Amino acid sequence: MTDTPDILVIGGGNAALCAAIEAAEAGARVLILEAAPKPYRGGNSRHTRNFRCMHDGPLSVLVDAYEEEEYVADLMKVTGGKTDEGLARLAIQSSQDCLPWMEAHGVRFQPSLSGTLSLARTNAFFMGGGKSLVNAYYRTVEALGVEVRYEAHVTHLELDGDCIARVDFDHEGQSHSLSPRAVVVASGGFQADRDWLARAWGPAAKNFLIRGTPYNRGVVLADLLGQGVASVGDPTQCHAVAIDGRAPLYDGGIVTRLDCVPFSIVVNNEGERFYDEGEDVWPKRYAIWGRLVAAQPDQVGHVIIDAKSINLFMPSVFPPLRADSIEELAGMMGLPAQKVAATVAEFNSACGDTSGFSPMELDGVTTTGLTPPKTNWARPITEPPFYGYSLKTGVTFTYLGLKVDERAQCATDRGPIRNLWAAGETMAGSILGQGYLAGFGMTIGTVFGRIAGKEAAAYANAA
Amino acid sequence: MQMQPEFVEEARRQAEICNACRYCEGYCAVFPALQAERAFAEADLTQLANLCHNCRNCYHACQYTAPHEFDLNLPKALAELRHDSWDTFAWPGGLARAFQRSGTMIAVAFVLGFAALFLAARALPAEGEGFYAVLSHNAMVAIFAPAFLLPLASLSVSLRRYWAHVGGGRITLGHLRHAFGSAAKMRNLAGGHGDGCNFEEEDRFSQARRHAHTAVLVGFLLCFASTSSGTVLHYVFDAPAPYGFWSLPKLLGVPGGLLLGVGALWLAHLKLKADPELGAPRAWGGEMGFVLLLAFVAWSGLALWLLRDHAALPMILALHLGGVLAFFLLMPFTKMAHGFYRLAALVRDAQRREAS
Repeated sequence: MTDTPDILVIGGGNAALCAAIEAAEAGARVLILEAAPKPYRGGNSRHTRNFRCMHDGPLSVLVDAYEEEEYVADLMKVTGGKTDEGLARLAIQSSQDCLPWMEAHGVRFQPSLSGTLSLARTNAFFMGGGKSLVNAYYRTVEALGVEVRYEAHVTHLELDGDCIARVDFDHEGQSHSLSPRAVVVASGGFQADRDWLARAWGPAAKNFLIRGTPYNRGVVLADLLGQGVASVGDPTQCHAVAIDGRAPLYDGGIVTRLDCVPFSIVVNNEGERFYDEGEDVWPKRYAIWGRLVAAQPDQVGHVIIDAKSINLFMPSVFPPLRADSIEELAGMMGLPAQKVAATVAEFNSACGDTSGFSPMELDGVTTTGLTPPKTNWARPITEPPFYGYSLKTGVTFTYLGLKVDERAQCATDRGPIRNLWAAGETMAGSILGQGYLAGFGMTIGTVFGRIAGKEAAAYANAA
Repeated sequence: MQMQPEFVEEARRQAEICNACRYCEGYCAVFPALQAERAFAEADLTQLANLCHNCRNCYHACQYTAPHEFDLNLPKALAELRHDSWDTFAWPGGLARAFQRSGTMIAVAFVLGFAALFLAARALPAEGEGFYAVLSHNAMVAIFAPAFLLPLASLSVSLRRYWAHVGGGRITLGHLRHAFGSAAKMRNLAGGHGDGCNFEEEDRFSQARRHAHTAVLVGFLLCFASTSSGTVLHYVFDAPAPYGFWSLPKLLGVPGGLLLGVGALWLAHLKLKADPELGAPRAWGGEMGFVLLLAFVAWSGLALWLLRDHAALPMILALHLGGVLAFFLLMPFTKMAHGFYRLAALVRDAQRREAS
C-alpha cells in the first residue's frame, strides 16, 4: 500500500465490514486492518448465527411481528435497565432496515434452526452461520475496491487534541504509520487478554474459557482509554455463558454449549446445588449461567442428569460421563460421592407430582421445601445410567468499551473526537450494561458499523 | 459389507461436531438427515455420504476447518466414505477399486474397446449402408447388447446391497417423485438459497457446476433416447439406419451430443479449478478420466455424423464405438455409478422425511 486511505477501519468482523461497505459506497478509499490471518478473519462474527431484528410484519425469514416496545422490554429485562435507552432504541429501530440491506450485500438467511424454535419470530439466522456472512461481506468489500490486510496489528492511535493524527501498525514484520482522514475502531473487546481479565476478575479469570477469537486482546481499546478517550461499562461485565468444561481455550464456538441444565441438577465442587436450574427456558437463561459458575469454587459446575432426560436436548460435541450410580458418577467427576448422593436424595425427595412434565415450556413441575428450589422440570434423578457434564465459564465478549453517541462517534471529556468512530463489541457496553440478548451483538455491530461508515465517509469526503 | 473403518470413524467424528452446531442446516439434504440422528451407525454415515453432492458450501461456511483443532472437512470425509461405499458394494468387487481411482485404467479400457471394435470391423461381415457398411447391425447388437445388460445386472446387485445396508423400505411413487425431482432440478447443488455452490473458487457462489451437470445429464438422456428411437425404428418400423437429419434419432442425438460434449468439458474445466482436497483425492484421476471419456463419446459421435462421407469413417466409428463400449462396460465401476447411488440415497431420504 503506497497511498494513505481516506478511512482506516481497524478490525475485520461484522461491524468493521459494515462500516467499510458504507464508507466505500459513499466513495471513500478504505483500508481494513484485520489482526487475524485470513482463515480466522471475522473476529467473533465468524461464530455467530443470527441477527435480532425488529419487524412490524413478516420480513424475509421472520414470522409475525416483533415490535419496538417488545424488543426494548426484552432488552430491559436482561440488562436490568442498565442500558442507554436512546442508543438501544436507535439500534432496535434501525434493525428493520438492516435486514434487507444485509441481503442486498450478500447475506443469506434461513428459517430458525431446529432446536431454536423460540427464536423464529425474533432472530433471523444466517444460512451457514456467521462465517458465511463474513465471507459475503469480504466478497462485497473486495468488489468495492476496499483493501484488506490480514495479520495487521494496530499498536497505537496518536490522539492529538480532538483528532487522531496517526495510526501505527505492524504488518509482515514491519512497522507502518498512516494518517488517514478518519478512523473506525471495530476491533472488539479485550476478553482474549487473560491478564486484563485477571485484573478485573481476580484469579478466577484463569479458569475462564474464551468462546471466540483469540485476536480480541483489547490493544486498541487500552491504547485509547490510556489517552483519555471516554469509556463505558464495568470491566467485569461481559457476555458469558456456561459451556462444556472440555472446550478448547479459544474458538470453541457454538458446539461447546450445553442445553441440558433445565433437565438437570447442577452442583459445585463441594457437591452442593447453588441456583434454580429450572428458572426459565434455556435460551432465556444460558447467558446468566456463565456468571453463576464463575462465582463457584474453582469456577466449575457439574451437571447431573439421568436416563430420562438424555435425549431432551441438543447433542453436545463431547460425550457425557456415564455411570450406573450417583456415587460412581461423582467419583468420575472428582466430587465428594457421599455429599453428591445426599444432594441428589434431598432433591429427589423434594420433587412432587411430575405428570405435568413438558420439556419445551415452563411446566411448573417444581420442588417443595428445597433451597434453592427448582421451579420447572423438577423430576427426580433416579433412572440409571446417570450422566455428567462439567460446566465452565465461557466468555464471549467484554462490555468495558468506548463510549459513543448516536453517530457512533468517540469523545474525550473535552468533547467529540472529530475523526474517530467506534462500532461493534468495542462499544456495545454503551447498550449492554449487563446481561445478554441472543442475536443483539450482531444488531449493534450492523447498525453502528453502518452509521460509523457513513459518518466517517461524510467527514472524509468533506475534508 | 464392511467399509474401511478409518473412513467411517472420521465421518462419524465430523458428523458429531456438525450435529452440535447445525449452522449449515439450510444448505442441502445432508444436514436435516444428519440432525435426525443422535448417534451415527455405519449405515447412517453411508447414506449421508451418498446424499452429499460435494457442493462445498458447508466447508467454506464452517468455523471449525483447519487450522482449527477440530479440523472439519465434511465434503472430504463424505467423499472418501462415498467412494469407499461404491468399492464395497460393487460386483465384482475389485473392478471398482481400479476404475474409480485411475484415469489411466479408463484409458486402457478405452484402447481395448477401440481395438476390439477395430478387429471386429475387419473380421466380421459388413452388410448395408453407412455404419453398417463397416460393421453389420447384427454384429453391433451382438457386441453391445451384453455390454449394456451385464453392467445393468452388476449395478442392480450393487443397489440391492446399498438398499439392504441403509435399511431402505418399500418404495412408493411419492418417494420416486421426490428423488427424481431433486435430481432434475439439482436441488442439492442450489445451496438452499439458490445461489449455487462453492466449487471453483473458495467461497464464491456459482451455478456453473449445477448447469454443467444438468447439460451432461440432459445430453446423456437425449443420446440414450436417440439410440432407443433408432432401435424402435429398426425393429418396429423396419426402418434401418442411416437416418436423415429430420429423423427422431438425429433430432434427439445431435442436441444431446452437443450438450453432453460441452457439459463434460465444462465439468472437466471446473474440476481443474476445484481444490482436490475437498473431495476424495484418490479418486480424482478416475473421475477426470470418466468425464473425458464422456466428452470423447459425445464429440466422436458428432464427428461420425459430420464426417459420414469421409474416408476416415471406419476409423472414427471404431473409435466412437470403442469409447461407448468402454463407457458401458465400466458403468458400475466408474463415476457413472454415482447417479444410481445418488438416486437411491434421495429415495431413502424421501422415506426418512416421510417418517419424521
